[in-house]
Amino acid sequence: MQQLEIKNLRVAIGENEIIRDLSLSVGLGELHAVMGPNGSGKSTLAKVIAGHPDYKVTSGEVFMDGENLFELEPDERARKGLFLAFQYPSEVPGVTIANFLRAAMQARLPEGEELEATDYYAKLYEKMDLLEIDRSFTSRAVNEGFSGGEKKRCEILQMAMLDPRYAVLDETDSGLDIDALKVVANGVNSLRGPNLGVLLITHYQRLLNYIVPDFVHVMVQGRIVRSGGKELALELEEKGYDLIRDHAEEPVAA
Amino acid sequence: MSNGTAVLEEVTQTPAVKSTITSSPQEGADDLPLWFQQQREQGWREFSTMPNPTRKDQAWRFSNVDALDLSPYRFANAPSDDEQVEILERSAMLNGKSGRLIFANDQLLERDALPESLRKAGVIFQPLERALIEHEDLVRKHFMTQPAVLGSAKFAALHRAQVRAGAFIYVPRAVELELPIEIFHWLVDENAAVFPHLLLVADELSKITVIEHFRSFDQTAPGFACGVNDLIAGRGAMVKYICAQRWNENVTALQINATTVERDASAMSLNLHLGGSYSRFESLSRLVGEGARSDLLAVAVAHRKQEFDARTLQDHVSPHTASDLLYKNALDDRARTTFGGLIRVEPHAHFTDAYQKVRNLLLSDDAEANSMPGLEILADNVRCTHGATSGQIDEDELFYLRTRGIPVKVAQHLIVTGFLNEVVQRLDQAAIATHLHRLIEQKFASGAD
Ligand SMILES: Nc1ncnc2c1ncn2[C@@H]1O[C@H](COP(=O)(O)OP(=O)(O)O)[C@@H](O)[C@H]1O
Ligand SMILES: [Mg+2]
Repeated sequence: MQQLEIKNLRVAIGENEIIRDLSLSVGLGELHAVMGPNGSGKSTLAKVIAGHPDYKVTSGEVFMDGENLFELEPDERARKGLFLAFQYPSEVPGVTIANFLRAAMQARLPEGEELEATDYYAKLYEKMDLLEIDRSFTSRAVNEGFSGGEKKRCEILQMAMLDPRYAVLDETDSGLDIDALKVVANGVNSLRGPNLGVLLITHYQRLLNYIVPDFVHVMVQGRIVRSGGKELALELEEKGYDLIRDHAEEPVAA
Repeated sequence: MSNGTAVLEEVTQTPAVKSTITSSPQEGADDLPLWFQQQREQGWREFSTMPNPTRKDQAWRFSNVDALDLSPYRFANAPSDDEQVEILERSAMLNGKSGRLIFANDQLLERDALPESLRKAGVIFQPLERALIEHEDLVRKHFMTQPAVLGSAKFAALHRAQVRAGAFIYVPRAVELELPIEIFHWLVDENAAVFPHLLLVADELSKITVIEHFRSFDQTAPGFACGVNDLIAGRGAMVKYICAQRWNENVTALQINATTVERDASAMSLNLHLGGSYSRFESLSRLVGEGARSDLLAVAVAHRKQEFDARTLQDHVSPHTASDLLYKNALDDRARTTFGGLIRVEPHAHFTDAYQKVRNLLLSDDAEANSMPGLEILADNVRCTHGATSGQIDEDELFYLRTRGIPVKVAQHLIVTGFLNEVVQRLDQAAIATHLHRLIEQKFASGAD
C-alpha cells in the first residue's frame, strides 16, 4: 500500500485526450524514471497528480498510500506528502523564498502552532548549502528573474525543505549545464531513501547517469509503452524514441 | 466670548444643532492668532456656500458622494482615563523614533518630545495649537497655502474652519533626522469627527521621515475624519511621508495632501489605505524647482463594501523634474476603488520625466476598479508614461503555491502581499515596511471570517 499508484488514468484537455489509460506504481523508497518525447503527456501527468484544475480526468484514479488523491485539494495532497517540481515553475512576484517556504512549512503545522524561526533558518541554510544556492536568495522573490538553472535548483530546495513522501520531478534537468546538473542530482540523491518515492520525468538519458533509477518507463502519446530496469534508458538512447514509437503507434491508430 | 475650547463647550447652548461639525466654529478662540481665526471664519464661509459634490463633477465621477452626509458627526470629548491608557498602549509601533504625538478625538494625549540634540539643532515638532503661538510666523507662512484643486475644496474649507489638532514639524537647514517621527490620530466615540493636520517644512538639505497613523478605538463606531497634510521639501531636502490609514470600516474619511518640492529636493509619500467605509485621498505634488523629484506611492486593500477614491495631480512646474506614481489596489468582495490621476507638464517644464502606474488586483468578480489616468503636456521634450491595468490572480501561480501545501486563502494573501510589496519596497525603510506588512496581514485576518 505504500505507493503512489496511478490506475488506468485518462486525461483530456477539451476534446483532446492526452493521457490514455496509463498505469504506473511508485513504491516508497523507489525511484522511477519516465522518459518520453516532447508532447507525450509527461507534464500533463505530473500536473494531474498534483491536482491542476485545467485538466479533466475522464477515468482512472491516483492513490497515495491508499488514499484517492482526486478527492483531495492540491494543497491537501501536498500536506499529505506529495511534491511536484515543475518543468516551468511560476514566478511569485514580491514574495521572498524565505517567506514562501515559511508559509509552506507553517501550513504543515497544527492550528495555533508557530513555526520556530531559528530551526527554520538553520534548515533552510543547510539545504541551500547542499544545493549550492547563495544565501542572498532567501530574500529574492520566488523565481522572479531566475535563470532556468536557478529555478530548477529552487524547486529541489523546496523539496528538500518540505520532506515529501512522493515527489514528481518534471524535467528537473532541462536547461541545466553539466555542473548545475550534478548539483541538482546530488541534491536529489541525498534525499533518496526508504521514505521517499520519486517519479522522475525526463526527456534525456543524461540525467540518469547521475540519478540512477530503479525502474525506467517509456511514455509515448499518453501511455507507457515499455517498462524495464535502468538499462532501458541506455537502449533508448541507442535506438531513439522512434523505434519504440513505431511499436507504440499501432494500437493508437487502430 | 468663549474660550479656546469653545468648539466643545458651545454644545451647552443648543446641543442638538451646535454639537455637529457642520455648525459654525466659535467666534474668536482668543488665544490663537488673529490671522488664524480669520482663516477659520473664511473657511467656514467657503464651506457653507460651496455646493456639495455630485457625481456629475469629473472630480467626483464614480465616487459615492452620498457618504458625505456630515450631519451625524460631532466633536467628541476626550476619551476616558481607561480609554486613554489603552490608546497609549496601542500606539506603540516603531521601536526607534525621534518623537511622537498622540491625539484622540482631536485632543492631545501624549507627547514624546524630540531628543535634546535635535531640539538644539533647531528642529521643531509641536502640536499645531502650540506652534501657532510659539512659531506663528513660520506656521503662517506655510499653513494651507495650496488650494485643494482635486475636488475637495469644500472639505478643505471645512478643515480650515474646524482644525484643532495636528502637528507642526520644521527641520532647519542641513539637519538630518535619522529616526522617523510618529503621529497618531484616534477616533474614539460613536460619530466622532476629527480634523488631523500635518504641516511639515523641511528646509534646505535636511532629511526627515514622518509616519502618521489613523486608527479607530472601536471596531465598528461610525466616525468622520477630514485631514490635511502639507509637505514642503526645501532645496535639496529629502522628505519621506508614510500614512497608515486604519480607521474602522464604518468611518468616512477624506485626506487632502499637497506636496511642494523645491530645487533638487525629493519627496516620497506612501499611503496605506486599509480602513474606512468610504475613504477619499487627494494628493497634489508640485515640482516647483529644477531637479525636483516626487514619488507618490499608495496601496489599498479593499474588501467587503469598502470604497477607496484616489485623485492625484503630478504638477510639473519647472524643467528637469521627475515624478513617479505607483498605486496598487487589491480588491475583494464587493469593494470599489477609483483612481483619477493627471500628469500636468506646464509650459517651460521641459525635460520632465513623469510616470504614473496603477495596478488593480481583483480577487472577486463583484469588485470594481475604476481608473482614469490623464496627461496634459504643455512643454517639449518630456517623457511621460501612464497606464492602468486590472487583473486577477494568475491561476498557475495560485496552483504553484497550493502544490506547496499552502491553503487557497493563505496563498491568495501571499500573492496579494507580494503584489503590494513592490510599492512598500520602494520606501527602502525596512522597519516601517515590516510594520506596514503586519497591518496588511491583520487586515487579511480580519476579513477571514
Ligand atoms: N494547458 C494546455 N492546453 C492545451 N493543450 C495542452 C495543455 N497542456 C498540454 N497540452 C497538450 O498536451 C500534450 C502533452 O503536453 P505535455 O504534457 O506538456 O507533454 P510533455 O511534458 O511530455 O512534453 C501536447 O500536445 C500539448 O500541446
Ligand atoms: Mg513537459
